[in-house]
This record gives sequence, C-alpha cells and structure tokens, in this order.
Amino acid sequence: MTDNPYRTKTPRPFGAKMAPNDPSDGERWNLRLYVAGETPKCVQAFQHLKQICEEHLQGRYSIEVIDLLKNPTLAQGDQIIAIPTLVRQLPPPVKKIIGDLTNTERVVVGLNLIPIKPELRRAK
Amino acid sequence: MAVIQAVGPAPVEKVPSGIAGFDQITGGGLPAGRSTLVCGAPGSGKTIFAVEFLVRGAQLGEKGVFITFEESVADLTRNVASLGFNLAQLQEQKLLAVDYVHLDPAEIEEAGGYSLDGLFVRLAHSLDAVGAKRVAIDTLEVLFSTLKDDAVVRAETQRLFRFLKDRGVTAVVTAEAGAGALTRQGLEEYVSDCVVWLGQSVSDQLATRFLRIVKYRGSSHGTNEYPFLIDDSGFSVVPASSLQLDYQVSEERISSGVPSLDGMLGGNGFFRTSTILVSGSAGSGKSILAAHLANATCQRGERCVLFAFEESPAQIVRNMRSVGLDLRKWQERGLLELHATRPSLYGLEMHLVSMHKAISEFKPTTVILDPISSFTSAGKVPQIKAMLVRLFDWLKTQQITGLVTCLTTAANRDEVDLGISSLIDTWIEVRELEIAGERNRALYLLKSRGMSHSNQIRELVISDTGISLADVFTGEGGVLIGSAKLAELNRRTREEQERAADVARSERLLEIKRENLEAQISALRAEYAAHAEEVQRRLRSSRESADAARSDRDMLSRLRTDFGNRFGSNGGGQ
Repeated sequence: MTDNPYRTKTPRPFGAKMAPNDPSDGERWNLRLYVAGETPKCVQAFQHLKQICEEHLQGRYSIEVIDLLKNPTLAQGDQIIAIPTLVRQLPPPVKKIIGDLTNTERVVVGLNLIPIKPELRRAK
Repeated sequence: MAVIQAVGPAPVEKVPSGIAGFDQITGGGLPAGRSTLVCGAPGSGKTIFAVEFLVRGAQLGEKGVFITFEESVADLTRNVASLGFNLAQLQEQKLLAVDYVHLDPAEIEEAGGYSLDGLFVRLAHSLDAVGAKRVAIDTLEVLFSTLKDDAVVRAETQRLFRFLKDRGVTAVVTAEAGAGALTRQGLEEYVSDCVVWLGQSVSDQLATRFLRIVKYRGSSHGTNEYPFLIDDSGFSVVPASSLQLDYQVSEERISSGVPSLDGMLGGNGFFRTSTILVSGSAGSGKSILAAHLANATCQRGERCVLFAFEESPAQIVRNMRSVGLDLRKWQERGLLELHATRPSLYGLEMHLVSMHKAISEFKPTTVILDPISSFTSAGKVPQIKAMLVRLFDWLKTQQITGLVTCLTTAANRDEVDLGISSLIDTWIEVRELEIAGERNRALYLLKSRGMSHSNQIRELVISDTGISLADVFTGEGGVLIGSAKLAELNRRTREEQERAADVARSERLLEIKRENLEAQISALRAEYAAHAEEVQRRLRSSRESADAARSDRDMLSRLRTDFGNRFGSNGGGQ
C-alpha cells in the first residue's frame, strides 16, 4: 500500500481542531474523487485536493477515492463522465468539479470554500 | 469487349437495421462495426430511429446499449411504448442496457484538465454487461453544451468514435441539425462512414417526413429524399422507385371477377402482377368493377387490400352488398382489408408510406386504389404521377396485382390518364353513353399488354347480381345501347318476323303452284293415256283387218291352185 498515490492521511478526529474563526463550525465534509487508474491527471487531482482540504478543512473532511476501472458500476450513481471528478457529497447541495484541480481558485469557489475565509468574505 | 472487373477490398459489410424500408435503400443496412450519424432538426425522429435500431437489433439477436443524454430511462421507456417498444422487458431479458447520462451544467465546475474516461468506462461496462453488438448514443451534443472545454470534448468525441470502432460495435449517434451545416457541432467530421439526414418538408400545409442518405462510404445508396412515417409500430421508409425495370413477370392469369370481362381479355382475365386502370366518369361502375376483382381474389383464398379515398369501409360493404358482393364475409375471414382515408389527411408521400406499410403487413396479392383521381386534393398531377410510379413499381416487385380507378371528367381526362397510362398494363374505360334520352354504360379496353383482347364495346349492366357485359348493337346511328338497343332489338325482331312470314307465304304459293302443275300434268297424262289407248286400239284393229285380208288371200290362192290341178294339167306330180 505504500505506493498507493491515493493514500490519505488518517483524518484527525472529528472536531479535534478547527479554525477559530470558522463560521461553518462542526460541518463535516465528505468528498469523493472519481479516478480511472493512476493517470497523471488523477494523481495530480488527488494531491491538489488534499492540499486544498488541509488548508481549508483541516480535520473536518474525508476523501473517498473511487477507481472506476475497478468499480465501473459506481460511475452511474454520481453521473460521472469526466475523469477526474470531485463530488462534494456533504454538505449539501451536491457539487461536482471536474479536472485535475490545478485551478485552485476554481476548486475553492466550486466547493463553496470561500465563505469560510473571513478576509475573502469581507473583500466581497 | 473485355469486362473490367473491379479489384479491391471486399465491399462494406452491412448489418440490417431492421427499420422497415431503410435496409432496402441502403442495400443492406448500416455499416457493420462502424458508426452512423443520424442528424436532423428537433422532432425529426432521431431518437426513435436510434431506439428502433436497438429494438430491431434485439429481435435480430444483436444486443444493444442505449446511452441517452436527453431523456431519463423512465421517460424514454414511456415515450417509445407508444411505438410498441417495450424497453423494460428488453432490459429484463438482458437484450438491452439503457444508461441515462444526466449532466447538469449548474452542478459542474471545471478546474483543470480532464478526460471523458468516465463515459468510456460506463460505455465499456454496459457493452460488456449485455455483450452488445449495437450502440446508440442520443445525443452526443449535450456534452458540448455542458462542458466548457471544447477542445477536450472534440478530442474525446473523436476518441469515442475510435473506441466504438475498436470495439467493433455498430453504432448510431444522433446529432442536432445546425444552421447551414448538417450538425451543430460538426460531428459529421468525426463520423465518416455513414450519415443519415432526417427532415421534414411542408407543402400546401401538408407535412412530410423524409430521410436522406447523405453519405455512405464504400457503398452505393439511394440519393433521394425518401418519405417515412412514424406510427404505432415505429419507422417505415418507402424506397423510391427502383432504378431498373427488372421485375419478374407472371404468365399466370387471374379472373377479373366478371366472366364476360375475362372473355374480352383473351378469355382468361388479367395477368397476375399487372397494373390495371379503370377509368370512367362518375357513377360508371368503376368501384363495382374493382370490388369484383377483390371478390374474385378472396374467392381464390388470396388476400386483397382496398384503399378507399371517398367512401368509408362500412359504406363500401353496404353498397357492394346491393350488387350481390358480400365483402364482409371476406373481411371476417381476414382476406380483405379496407382502408379508408381522406386524401387531404396528409401529403402524397405519407399516403404512399402508409399504403406501403399496410401492404407490407397484410401481404395481399391484389391491391386496389379507389380512386386515384382524388389525390388531386393532396398534390399536383406530376407529384401524383411520381407517387403512383413508385407505388406501381413497388407492387410489381412484390408480385402484387394492382387495380386503380380514376374518375375522368372532361377537364382532367387527358391529364390524369396520360400521366400514368404508360405504367398501365390493362386499361379499361367505362363511358356513359347518352342515347335516346338515357345514360348507359359502355365498357371497352383501351389497351391490354401481352394478350389478344377484344376491340368490342360492351354494355356494362349492373344488376343485383353484379356486373355483366352485354353485346351492343351497332346500327346506322352508331352504337345502340340501353332502351335504344331494346327498340332496335324489337325492330329487328319485327323485321325478322315479317321476313319469316314473307318466306312462308312464298313457300306456300310455290307449293300451290306446284300442286296445280302436278294436277295439270296428271290430267295431261290421263288424256295422253286415253289417246294412246285409242291409237293402239285403232292400230290393233287395222292390223287385225290386214291379217284377215292376208289370210283371205292365202285361202283364195290355195283354192286357186287346187282348182288348177283339177282342171288344168294332167295331174301334177307331187
């Protein structure tokens, strides 16, 4: 398992550490990343996602990686056509972001992570 | 002359689409293992084409996968149920897999590069799950409107077609019509094997759906716009007339149902598979003549379809009963089908398609159209002619005998008749003759190809036992018919009687003369006999007196001798 590029660090216990000024206090983020094998785009997407989550959602997120090559039937449920696709399952509503997530700003906007950054909210 | 033979790879392998008529115009169906692009405006029938391709495929033993971007599985199943397709059942039987790819642009954000591997994975999974040989994708363009990265979508589309080709599945991909181009997204660039266009034309407020093969690589195909129909059993396309005149001909003769008419047609009736036109003015008995043929067909145990454009089936049955033709009996036995439609219900092409379909389903040996002249309310004469050419042509290839009636008036007589006369094998004209204050029907054969036929005009008599043909009289006043014929008949009878009386009288006179003469002869004979007797008697008496005189003389001479002997010489010696 050491060479698994999708290996997630053991998430911190729920609610163990939170940003002090986080308004969405206690909100749990369930993210699902659909990949097809270990293509550069997929691996890249996973790394970017982890990075963003660590930055914005430290300790309050879980990432489930689904490899469609292993479980092709799972593609239908979340209506996946593009790879990689990130699905925000919680909190609702469901959001989908496709691509290797190199455009961090887009991911942040797409996942509605912006409101939790007070300075950005003020800037709005 | 040497025949140059084309040397090259084998022609494109085709799989029957199963769509009625489509496989004829493409010479076998869709290119096997290739993709076919079906494009057209909204509502042109693309989805139905795609679904029918899969449903027919399942019936032909080829399993299929349907990828729908537009309708949910439930909606699609419900929508095509009206065409008689049971998608749920096919899915249960594992003959069909339907995958609804729902894309909501509001839900999707793009952040970085991506591929459409998800779609490929799903497609590959569905293909493997049922072991599909056919795929339909309806419509791929949703990808273009949902995903922002056009370059990726284009590259992936290209990859998709390559993927389908590599998998060796026969695919139908639908696409929306674009302004000034076949498809909005130029998908025709990616599909190079076969492109089918579905369209709709409206003329004189009558809409006609049509289909055109824009391209078919490696195969000859019809280039026309072929009308098609979507009804409760799906698609049906009508092939336009075949280019060759190479249908088989039949030597078999079939009865027209009117024995005396058969007699005029060389004694045996029509040729099977011939095309017969019955033209005539209103009320001349064309429909009844047609019904006779229908009746005769059913009597042989063959099937007949009658397309009526002026009367309802119930009306036809009732009217024909009044001339002794029981058509209901044949309807009940499933030998006769009556279709009644208003000519103006839809365009000519649609009439052709619907007739085509009815004929294909019922498989009759005789088809009757009554009358074709009413098509003038659905189209112009050249179009009617074009439609009839195709219909007749097709009937001949199907070995079906066709009879059409045509109402002729002084105005359209030349138009309609001449338009199709060259297609007609046997042309019967029924004309009303107005003589001596009444109208009567006269029937004659304008032509009848390939058989000796009567050149006589016959009187068509309609009675409660049907049609019969009677000889007409020709006199100084031309053709005599109806009561004029009766009068002539009476006059002739009278003349005949008079002549007979004359002869009898003369014969009697002659007899009397002969008797007189014979009496005279016998009187003369009696007179002669009396005279002859008298003469005989006289002769006899004179002969007797002569004999008497001679014997007297002899006696005297003897006496004289004796006397001399005694008195003369001395004794004479004895």
